[in-house]
Amino acid sequence: MQGVFPRIPSGCAVSGMMSRKGRRLSGEDIIKSIGLMHDRSNGLGGGFAAYGIYPQYKEHYAFHLMYHSQESKRATQEYLEKYFYLDQSEPIPVRKTPGITNPPILWRYFLKLREEVLVNANEFLQEEDLIVSLVMHINQEIDGAFVASSGKNMGAFKGVGYPEDIGHFYRLDEYEAYIWTAHGRFPTNTPGWWGGAHPFTLLDCSVVHNGEISSYGINKRYLEMFGYKCTLQTDTEVVAYLIDLMSRKHKLPIDIILTALAAPFWKKIDKNRPEKQAILQAIRMVYGSALMNGPFSIIVANSKSMIGFNDRIKLRPMVAAEKDDLLYMASEESAIRVICSNPDRVWPVQAGEPLIGLVEEGTL
Amino acid sequence: MNYLAPEFIHRIDKDKCRRCKRCILNCGFNALSFQDGIVADHSKCVACHRCVTFCPEMAITVEQNPLTYKENFLWTAQIQKNIQKQAQTGGILLTGMGNDKPYPIYWDHLLIDACQVTNPSIDPLREPMELRTYLGSKPEKLEFNQLPDGNVSLKTELEPQVKLDIPIVFAPMSFGSISLNAQKSLAKAAEQCGILMNTGEGGLHKELAPYGKNIIVQVASGRFGVDSNYLNAGVAVEIKVGQGAKPGIGGHLPGEKVSAEISETRMVPIGSDCISPAPHHDIYSIEDLHQLIFAIKEATNYEKPVSVKIAAVHNVAAIASGIVRAGADIIYLDGFRGGTGAAPYVIRDNIGIPIELALAAVDDRLREEGIRNRASLICAGGIRNSGDIAKAIALGADAVAIGTSALVALGCHVCQKCYTGNCSWGIATQRPELTRRLDPEIGAERLTNLVKAWAAELKEILGALGINSIESLRGSRERLRGIGLDQNVLDILGIKHAGK
Repeated sequence: MQGVFPRIPSGCAVSGMMSRKGRRLSGEDIIKSIGLMHDRSNGLGGGFAAYGIYPQYKEHYAFHLMYHSQESKRATQEYLEKYFYLDQSEPIPVRKTPGITNPPILWRYFLKLREEVLVNANEFLQEEDLIVSLVMHINQEIDGAFVASSGKNMGAFKGVGYPEDIGHFYRLDEYEAYIWTAHGRFPTNTPGWWGGAHPFTLLDCSVVHNGEISSYGINKRYLEMFGYKCTLQTDTEVVAYLIDLMSRKHKLPIDIILTALAAPFWKKIDKNRPEKQAILQAIRMVYGSALMNGPFSIIVANSKSMIGFNDRIKLRPMVAAEKDDLLYMASEESAIRVICSNPDRVWPVQAGEPLIGLVEEGTL
Repeated sequence: MNYLAPEFIHRIDKDKCRRCKRCILNCGFNALSFQDGIVADHSKCVACHRCVTFCPEMAITVEQNPLTYKENFLWTAQIQKNIQKQAQTGGILLTGMGNDKPYPIYWDHLLIDACQVTNPSIDPLREPMELRTYLGSKPEKLEFNQLPDGNVSLKTELEPQVKLDIPIVFAPMSFGSISLNAQKSLAKAAEQCGILMNTGEGGLHKELAPYGKNIIVQVASGRFGVDSNYLNAGVAVEIKVGQGAKPGIGGHLPGEKVSAEISETRMVPIGSDCISPAPHHDIYSIEDLHQLIFAIKEATNYEKPVSVKIAAVHNVAAIASGIVRAGADIIYLDGFRGGTGAAPYVIRDNIGIPIELALAAVDDRLREEGIRNRASLICAGGIRNSGDIAKAIALGADAVAIGTSALVALGCHVCQKCYTGNCSWGIATQRPELTRRLDPEIGAERLTNLVKAWAAELKEILGALGINSIESLRGSRERLRGIGLDQNVLDILGIKHAGK
């Protein structure tokens, strides 16, 4: 789907919850949590990411597609079949919901890569690189088709409307996930486009984002040097690609990535012991163009973790809470308390300091 | 016979004048004399305003000669005068400072963004605001070693980097083209501001050695003052290939300016002409440049970044790409408005391209080739204020160089007579009675004031943009809009028109 939409500055609400023990929880709570922050959205976008929802297909790539026409669906399927076995192909179940109008054709596929594809491919090509390039191809080249998510045992459910209505529309109360993230959108103009809603995903990584990245211009040009095309013109796309670049291509550990994205101030760096100083200096020198400057609070999730982090002077809100094995993060404390009335601990996520929640090993 | 009418009329208010003769002493051009009152030889006045500034009675003014020429858009007074001069002398016309012709100044057609509502602006008086910049080659990515204790250590070895507290360096101006006091002012100010000065091609005077941590030493085609100590005396070495004011042209410091001190610094005999050839005679190709870069790296133990300074010419993007691939850590791009102590008129005014276009083209090209990280870009040639700096950085520069601006801070009034060696302000001269006018302490203070004022303004601009670090502006062309520019120029600059 070509980038015909102007870049849209937006405000928003975010919420996320995970079980560190990998317990799967119904979508009811996350809908309630994001729904409480109704006034932080304006009805022009809402969405959810859910991990652990397809245990019966957990080795398959779960592709969630949005189609504007039967023709775009036909073209996409034809393209997918060249690379994958389409083990399951079905409409994403929805229910009629007031406030949700004109949805695109919503379809999902459970895909297995054809063995010969990687064999025939360039020997340096990793499976993940291939999947990313296929997703990019569909989004950019196939008219009217958009990949909402492409990871394993996870999915993104998003569209135009208030987030609680989107959750109801997609029947998320019927799914169970060990990580849920949600987003309510307040764009400052009207795209009316389902693909533009959050979460934004690539492979199993999803991003929900409240904020506007004032450094978007250089972040985008930096990514272009590595072959990423920022066609959706949303800040959030940039966040997802930066994380993808640094984790998948540069193989950097997550704490280094987050340090690059919300780097400490030089003043603070200068106070560190020399070895640590050298590391932080190098990160800022080399990844200066990846620094996300401007207000944001972001929840990034993948199949193993949920991470909340803010810009380095915390210009957008984020609160975290814990209760037993459950970890919560949200734009407002009320959005946590509405689903967890008596948390063990509640605290604000600090400026520039990520909160990393890991799913315990061996629990999945 | 001289057919030329004076360019300026020097007027003294006889009622105010107390005949103190201070103006006569101050004029470096011998334009004033005393014959029962101050008398001006208008033909010698260059409008440098030294006498105007130092007249205690404020009795002096200088005017453009109102002499009317028959109106003609083709045969302007300036054109006629140049022909007269050449008819009289048979020589190449010389001039000083940068191109002064009314070519477009693109800086003045660029507008900077600011935050309103959807993202907050930041108040630099309350929040940290970072201008720190490192010049040098950066790797494409970093690699780390996992340590047993769970920490990481840096596996990637970084190339040498030079720190700038403010993304400004002083442009290269040699001892010879400017006075030692002017160079000392620059060095002291560089130290005070945490930035760099550049020796230019005239070697390093021994009194500047203590400022080595704030000095780039230059190697130009004349190789004046270059030895192993010199190469290691600063924090970076620059190979000067070209200069914006005179691309493809060498330099000439006449023998009469080569005093004992210049002779010692340049390592040439007293009174001998210092000729810088047009090309380096060991660089006839890009592979030769590659060899010289690595010869210098060998000589400096790979501890100093090597910069290559080139003039902005038509094919600058491809040239810059070659220079990066030849191993340069920094590219210094000098636009056609860059200053000079002396250049042939015809070269200065007709050769080269505007720095704004060159900078955008080079930054684009290096990004397209995926090698932008491998060199820092310094942008020079007509940077006049902090607005120009912000725009240059948004177009893709890592830092800017200021030459003329710095000299103006020292008193220069851009009279363009640097090549005469008579600078009344003690800057572009070696005459001791003139150079001693420039007190390096006062000069350094004025330069420091200027640089710090621009730094404060840059922070205000960043704050308005809602960012708190200069690297978030660097190359962020999304934050610029053009006004009154055609689509072709907008495409080259990589920006949208205002309103879009």
